[in-house]
Amino acid sequence: MILVAFIAVLMIGGVIAWITSQWNSILSRWISLIALIVNFVLAIFIWIQKPTIESSNWIVQFSAQWIPSLGVSFSLALDGLSLLMVLLTFFLGIFAVLISWNEIQERVGFFHFNLLWVLAGITGVFITMDLFLFYFFWEVMLIPMYFLIGIWGHENRRYAAYKFFIFTQASGLLMLLSILGLYFIHGRVTGTFTFDYFQLLNTEMPADVARWLMLGFLAAFIVKLPVVPFHTWLPDAHSQASTAGSLILAGLLLKTGAYGLIRFVLPLFPTAAAELAPWAMLFGVIGILYGASLAFAQTDLKRLVAYTSVSHMGFVIFGVFAFNELAMQGVVMQMITHGISTGALFVLAGTIYERIHTREITSMGGFWNKAPFMGTIGLIFVLASLGLPGLGNFVAEFLTLLGAWQANQVLTIFATIGVVAATAYSLRIMQKVFLGNFSSDKIVPDLSLREKIIMVPLVIAIVWLGLFPQSVMNTVKQMISAQFNTEQIISNDTENENGSK
Amino acid sequence: MKLWLIPALPLIGSFILIVAGSRLSKRMVAIVGSGSVGLSALITLFTGYKFISTSATSFHYQAWQWMDVAGFSPAVSFHLDALSLVFIFVITFVGFLIHVYSTEFMADDDGYARFFAYLNLFVCSMLTLVLADNFALLYLGWEGVGLCSYLLIGFWYTEEKNGYAARKAFIVTRVGDTALAIGLFMLFQNFHTLNIQQIAAQAPQQWAVGSETAMVISLLLLGGAVGKSAQLPLQTWLPDAMAGPSPVSALIHAATMVTAGVYLIARTHAIFELAPDALMIVGIIGAATLVLAGFTALTQFDLKRVLAYSTISQIGYMFLALGVSAWSAAIFHFMIHAFFKALLFLAAGAVIMALHHEHDMYKMGGLKKKLPIIYWTFLIGASSLAALPLVTGGFYSKDQILWLSLAGEHGNIWFFLFALLGAFITSIYTFRMLFLTFFGNEKTHVGHIPGNGITIPLLILAGLSTIGGFIELPHSFGHFTVFSNFLNPVLPSVSVQEGFESIEWMIQLIAAGVALSGVYVAYIFYIVKPGLSEELKTSAADLHKFWFNGWGFDSLYDKLFVKPFVFISDINKKDIVDLFYDGLVWISNFFNRIFSYTQSGILRWYIMGIVIGGILLLTLGLIKN
Repeated sequence: MILVAFIAVLMIGGVIAWITSQWNSILSRWISLIALIVNFVLAIFIWIQKPTIESSNWIVQFSAQWIPSLGVSFSLALDGLSLLMVLLTFFLGIFAVLISWNEIQERVGFFHFNLLWVLAGITGVFITMDLFLFYFFWEVMLIPMYFLIGIWGHENRRYAAYKFFIFTQASGLLMLLSILGLYFIHGRVTGTFTFDYFQLLNTEMPADVARWLMLGFLAAFIVKLPVVPFHTWLPDAHSQASTAGSLILAGLLLKTGAYGLIRFVLPLFPTAAAELAPWAMLFGVIGILYGASLAFAQTDLKRLVAYTSVSHMGFVIFGVFAFNELAMQGVVMQMITHGISTGALFVLAGTIYERIHTREITSMGGFWNKAPFMGTIGLIFVLASLGLPGLGNFVAEFLTLLGAWQANQVLTIFATIGVVAATAYSLRIMQKVFLGNFSSDKIVPDLSLREKIIMVPLVIAIVWLGLFPQSVMNTVKQMISAQFNTEQIISNDTENENGSK
Repeated sequence: MKLWLIPALPLIGSFILIVAGSRLSKRMVAIVGSGSVGLSALITLFTGYKFISTSATSFHYQAWQWMDVAGFSPAVSFHLDALSLVFIFVITFVGFLIHVYSTEFMADDDGYARFFAYLNLFVCSMLTLVLADNFALLYLGWEGVGLCSYLLIGFWYTEEKNGYAARKAFIVTRVGDTALAIGLFMLFQNFHTLNIQQIAAQAPQQWAVGSETAMVISLLLLGGAVGKSAQLPLQTWLPDAMAGPSPVSALIHAATMVTAGVYLIARTHAIFELAPDALMIVGIIGAATLVLAGFTALTQFDLKRVLAYSTISQIGYMFLALGVSAWSAAIFHFMIHAFFKALLFLAAGAVIMALHHEHDMYKMGGLKKKLPIIYWTFLIGASSLAALPLVTGGFYSKDQILWLSLAGEHGNIWFFLFALLGAFITSIYTFRMLFLTFFGNEKTHVGHIPGNGITIPLLILAGLSTIGGFIELPHSFGHFTVFSNFLNPVLPSVSVQEGFESIEWMIQLIAAGVALSGVYVAYIFYIVKPGLSEELKTSAADLHKFWFNGWGFDSLYDKLFVKPFVFISDINKKDIVDLFYDGLVWISNFFNRIFSYTQSGILRWYIMGIVIGGILLLTLGLIKN
């Protein structure tokens, strides 16, 4: 029931926030904030209470009939991975409301409605175990996000919103085709037509059919992640969205792609995915280096940070397809730490924009002098972005690379070189924004109390993840090791088959 | 066992200064900043006493389990043995003296608290590096010192060029770190652990001498080491790093951090010994670097840059020693070098401060009278650097390297000749520096006379760099080996080739003669006939320029790596991939326009369309039938 509550609280909260804004816009902000805090506390509560049952890795499950004639059920379930993602969603959601406190002054109610519905969609994606419902939430996520970019964005917001919508929608439709394909194949083989995730696992199908169906899923996820060359919607969407929009895009929406790879692509099509692995890893490395080189060239701060996302998300697909526990733990860490560190950089870009009304780093510089608190925070997240040990991102990247080394050494070398490039673009942010001479004639006050309330928890989180990552890793340990045990068996099987031929 | 306190205290100090630094008085900042390192030094002394008195081989302390994933389980745990004890001793004591010095040196700076926060963080990272019991934690310290180096080089951040130097240092060392990281991946793949002691114990069982894997791993570790220790081919960042305040140069870019590479190789000597070829390369890099950097130091006019190149050159000696398996000689030279080079940098800092931030030696001179304490301590440091015989620490440490580079089991005549040439150049550039700065006529007025905060650390360091040498005396006289005996449980001693024992005194005489003749050459060129050096410079202007620019490495890397990277990223700023999608949009628009022509609203066209369509369909039907 608690899982339904997660989504219901957000959806109902969103509607109430919209309605109340007619009388009082502050009230709708508070309602959104409270809805998210309630959810966050609930999620923390589950995390602490997490029963340590060795046999099952599902912490909470909920299932109800929805359209029984079609085999569609309202099936929600939470395992370690979902729990972490849900926690991240509510954690960043709180800051998305806080950062919009002054920034959003128009159509406040509708903004918060969209914000909460986008978060509800994301939450749904992370916890649903019915493919039909999954697709439903995938769309719920998309439309409010389109409005968030298109209404409250910057100067070129229409273009960015369209681009975002078309990319996501087109790839999402391919996934829908694959979902339907899987549904019918499973129905034909077993006689039960169902969208239930657990039943669809281990569906037997010919290898080339599996390959095509996998590509459909993959299309949706690698556009969302994004993988080069399907990334071009991202810099536009990120740089044009409002701060909260960028925070949610970078912090959460990209993670749905990564989550989809781990939850659906690998378990549903293990052999097809294994065949694809070298290519996927190659594209991961290309993404790491290509994103880094583009990030280095940008002068628009938000666009720069957007390309760093492309680079960092390269590690995700790189690690997922390394097919081992080390790399997968790294990927999960990367999803969380990237959400926090890049989210924080977007928040920082937003706070700077509020002060000097530009995103051009050429007209920044020397802000440390005027705003040392902001500078210190900026430094910490720049360091997180370049993978400094002691901060969460290092744990993620190191584990990913360590695991990937066992899978593919040449590509791992190139991926490691990406870390040098990350140093170059990250330090460039530091130099252009905070160091150098104070050149702007604008006034740059240091962070306000509200901004500190946003930044300090993010800093604590990233340091905590860097020094004590084990609590997070333990949460997903069961889920990951279970996956790789079956993976191992299957790959052994195929080897045997190949051997016998 | 309070082992964890040693790195934790500076960390706490740093944390206090970052969080509350702006609200504390300068006095409180100084107390927190220096006090935390001072306490660490005291605990080090106490721990060292306990270590020696109980004749333990190692102390161990685990703070917490850092990660535990699929067999990869590094902990935040510290391992203290003789090698790390020498390092933490140098780090905390020299570090403390430099902190004390900084309380006066930085007194008028706005970023006082920030400076001490970074410095404390550095000490913590460096201690973590040398105390780490596994490579993952070592890597944390390794990157941590790199970060602090970046922050402190760019400490005066309003200057654009300081920021550039800082980024250069971070990025160039990170190139080496990448090699190190890949080395760690390989180590984990082979041993399923990153625990240093376990790897050292297992390596000889797993690999034969000359094994290819051991070779590759050794070279990757070496890659990390040359980056941090500014050896060929990654030495280019260190001279620029002099943009930072002088205490930083003393602490980070001379005494401690840049010797992290030496520590790494000494720490992993078990692996290197299985790869004799890699060890040979370490020696060659050391020999080449010490000569190259020496020649460059001869041509510099910026006081701190001379010292920077001299640091590169002296670390070259340490690498040479490592390369011939003279492990304890390398560590001995590290320690003595930390004393005298910190001394020289601090004295140079005092000179530069006294002359209103004048770095150019040709604009100094005559300071012997004005700054007597600085002069005498600088003289002691310089003598030690030039390895003047018998009375200086540098003589004993460098002599050992010279001797073993020839007579050690892996030594050869070429290593010896390079080392000897290096020793000659060293004493020339050292005394050139001394003569230009302290002798001759006064060219710049002395402003600030250094106070006790500056002179006391200098005097202590001068004492250490003199008496430090006497704890290890050569066989030919004294034969006193406290230091190498102490290190022996960790670092095996090196055997001398047969037939060489008898000529040790001869080598010492040659070394002493070379050092003294270097001083004489400098005396002729800069005191007796000051015009001579200018003549020489103009007669070989190209060579001078080549040496002055550090043998052209900077411009080479600029052309080879920096320019292409910047060029590629600049032309692709708009993201070429997007053209494809723009193309899609254009094509869609194109067809949209074409098809919208058909919706003209003219009835005739519509009827025509229907008729043509009908005919086509009928024809198709007929053909099909």
